[in-house]
Amino acid sequence: MSAPEHIIREQYTVDGDDFQAAGGASSAMKKLLRSLGVPPDAIRRAAICMYEGEINMVIHANGGEAEVTFDGGVITMTLRDTGPGIPDPELALREGWSTATDAIRDLGFGAGMGMPNMKRNADEMTINSVINQGTVIVMTIRV
Amino acid sequence: MTVQTLAEKLNLTVLSGGADALNREVTGGYCGDLLSWVMGRAPQNGAWITIMSNVNVAAVAELADISCVLLAEGVAPDAALLSRAAAEQIPLLQSPEAAFTLAGKLYGLLR
Ligand SMILES: Nc1ncnc2c1ncn2[C@@H]1O[C@H](COP(=O)(O)OP(=O)(O)OP(=O)(O)O)[C@@H](O)[C@H]1O
Ligand SMILES: [Mg+2]
Repeated sequence: MSAPEHIIREQYTVDGDDFQAAGGASSAMKKLLRSLGVPPDAIRRAAICMYEGEINMVIHANGGEAEVTFDGGVITMTLRDTGPGIPDPELALREGWSTATDAIRDLGFGAGMGMPNMKRNADEMTINSVINQGTVIVMTIRV
Repeated sequence: MTVQTLAEKLNLTVLSGGADALNREVTGGYCGDLLSWVMGRAPQNGAWITIMSNVNVAAVAELADISCVLLAEGVAPDAALLSRAAAEQIPLLQSPEAAFTLAGKLYGLLR
């Protein structure tokens, strides 16, 4: 089941300048998981996690890379950026905490609910962030 | 209730969504303009009532498995939202009524 040749792996580039296309990696992942026959509830949770992470990379880190793997039992999403880093991940996970600018808020973002959504929908979530170097967030979903 | 029936009962203008999309079931709803609240709280197959009109609405609707978007207060989608909703078969429905009124009517219909 978990033999290497059965692990599905996809990589997506998240453009930091493109607000219009933001969500593209999440959409592509959703289609991929659907084609693999993953149950709808797991797909939905993965899509929410990926979208919030993807949007955060666009808004807060000028883009990044997303990788998705599926081994038949677990979906793993890894989001890597080389942005400013998150000074206090505990604080970032708190509902309502946001550093989004007014311009970003006008688009409907900046409620400080993205990270809490990721935490709630993922079965596991780790945040590794180094100031001025970037952030790596790994989220897993058991199907 | 299908999106089509909902559109008829609430007198909504259908701006986008093909036959398949308009046949989707609506089993709940959510009101909100802050995207990550909607992402985290809107129920699957819900009708989403909002006054947000930019293209990110389409991404949230698609990814959160929302059945249809109700644009309240006569709000018009911007060009990018309209074309993306059309391309991805996301039903965008428009009404001159306030979100409060639409939510009340929707709640009554779904009860
Ligand atoms: N990849 C990242 N790089 C740098 N900072 C980040 C990153 N992701 C999140 N943050 C920081 O964590 C805060 C909280 O993130 P969260 O997603 O919860 O809220 P938000 O993005 O500000 O608003 P919302 O997600 O509700 O639209 C952000 O405001 C930002 O300061
Ligand atoms: Mg966010």
